[in-house]
Amino acid sequence: MIRLAPRHLAVAAALALLLTLPAWVGNSYYVNIASQILLWAVLALALNVLVGYAGLVSLGHAGLFAMAGYTAALLIGAGHGHLAADAAALAVTLATTAVFAVLALRATGIGFLMITLAIGQILWGIAYRWASLTNGDNGINVGSRPAPFGLSLAGAGAFYYATLVVFLLAVASMAMLVRSPFGASLAGTRDQPRRMTALGYNVWLIRFLAILFSGLWSGVAGLLFLYYNQFISPQVVALTTSAEALLMVISGGSGTLLGPIFGAAIVVIMKNVVSAYVERWNLVLGLIFILIISFMPEGLVPGSARLWRAARQRLIGEARRDGASRAPSRAPAEPAGARTPLAPLPERGP
Amino acid sequence: MSLWLTLAVNSIALGGLLFLLSSGFSLIFGLMRIPNLMHGSFFMLGAYLGVTLLWQGVNFWLAALASAAAMAVIGGLIERFLLRRLEGQVLPQVLLTLGFAFIVGDVCLMLWTGDPWQPATPDHLRGVVQVAGLYFPLFRLVIVMVAVAIAAALWLLVDWTRLGAMIRAGVDDAPIARVVGIKVSQLFTLVFALGAALAAFGGVMGAPYLSVYPGLDFEMLPLALIVVILGGIGSLLGALVGSFLIGFLYNFGQAMFPDLAYVILFLPMLLILVLRPQGLFGRVVS
Repeated sequence: MIRLAPRHLAVAAALALLLTLPAWVGNSYYVNIASQILLWAVLALALNVLVGYAGLVSLGHAGLFAMAGYTAALLIGAGHGHLAADAAALAVTLATTAVFAVLALRATGIGFLMITLAIGQILWGIAYRWASLTNGDNGINVGSRPAPFGLSLAGAGAFYYATLVVFLLAVASMAMLVRSPFGASLAGTRDQPRRMTALGYNVWLIRFLAILFSGLWSGVAGLLFLYYNQFISPQVVALTTSAEALLMVISGGSGTLLGPIFGAAIVVIMKNVVSAYVERWNLVLGLIFILIISFMPEGLVPGSARLWRAARQRLIGEARRDGASRAPSRAPAEPAGARTPLAPLPERGP
Repeated sequence: MSLWLTLAVNSIALGGLLFLLSSGFSLIFGLMRIPNLMHGSFFMLGAYLGVTLLWQGVNFWLAALASAAAMAVIGGLIERFLLRRLEGQVLPQVLLTLGFAFIVGDVCLMLWTGDPWQPATPDHLRGVVQVAGLYFPLFRLVIVMVAVAIAAALWLLVDWTRLGAMIRAGVDDAPIARVVGIKVSQLFTLVFALGAALAAFGGVMGAPYLSVYPGLDFEMLPLALIVVILGGIGSLLGALVGSFLIGFLYNFGQAMFPDLAYVILFLPMLLILVLRPQGLFGRVVS
């Protein structure tokens, strides 16, 4: 018999909430925002495989995301069907990701990040400057959304459900990956690459496969993005997009499954709210980065949990102090060397 | 023939500018291991400040120096009060500098609007020089001379002075350097401020030639990155050679394959990464 843990109940409740969302939200504007959150969450989850579980920070994922979108848009524009175009787009994205991985894995740490940044800029350069192919700054329009199994995705609700299905597949595949032996070895390469090598694991190959997996899901998110907007332009390939994806991962808490999803929700909602009042989204984005670094370096989900624990312990401590003992009631601070996702272990053996 | 010559002169001038930009980046990234993603922002903000001063009728060199000084102060403050606390933590440093880069970009857009600013070349630097029957625009030559002079000065500073020896000691083994009485933290603030100043100086020098416009920051940052990966991280000679290489590639690529010029820039970097990951003049770190 399966025992129902609170965890399972929470997952079931969240699922029910997501499934019925168009019914109780009503307004298609908000349904569209929910679709945006889900599609960005797929990208954030994909990036999280690298940032959180492999310890490799990429600033080039917007390039992979847009590679799928652009390829599909071009093929659809050339008169190919949606299915063929999407399959080809994912294949091209995988091939690009393989090259991306081979180059970026020449280094780890800062070097990896800088190389991914440079590759991301190359892809931006192609989208922006190779105007005869990509139509430059004007971008490419896609006439229609696909209609899988004869179901039209033109409406906000229908598209939401399509996005939800893809999102759930993404979450399930990430959960399986993280819990699989491969996921364990991936975390091993993050924490102790030298020991993993000594144990006979091929660290390079493990990282390479993780990047491929991440690139594939980034491509899927890119396709969702293309169909959501029915339009793609070089703006998507800009460093800002990679940075936003990274912000989603970090703000939610990297190395957790829920974190990037919450992060995507926070960033998308904030972007929509802020854009409604001021033009200065980049300014706000920059400020959030600096605030998070200063106050919650481990991300909002684990960070709030820490603050909550600290507050609760302080309360309990004060209640006890009312009794006899005058024991120090301050919540124990995190040990100095506590490993947060933001501070990976130095890459040195013992 | 004259087209190729013009291209060559432009390439050398752009190389000089790139060196001003990337030498500071190389010092900060190579010596201090800080992934400074706001280096392009130093360049752009410096250029905007310089352009504003030029508009007020300030002398060109004075404007360049004042802007460099201002950026040195700003860079120094950011290093001293924010980056210092994140020593050795790559990801937070990336997010912090990226956050500042976005803020600087947006504030510049707000203050200087989206229109490009291109100051006139100062009077005394206008005109052409005749060498062996060929004419060269004076200002481009001046950029190159300034870059070479700064390269020489930096090389002397890092390799041949007491200060340079102290910086190298701080980089190689900070705890021991501290034990023998070197104030490593202060030195690092100094290096960071110097890098910011060099980028701003380059920004002002480049303004009459490139003009200043929104987005210049993230256009220059990858260039600095390519130069440093190409030349070898932390190597000044590498930065110099890499800058001129990229200068040539950019101008000739633009003339021959305008659609792909930007992508061509990255090809040598990719080749280097595959064949010689430490860069042309980089040391192999064991």
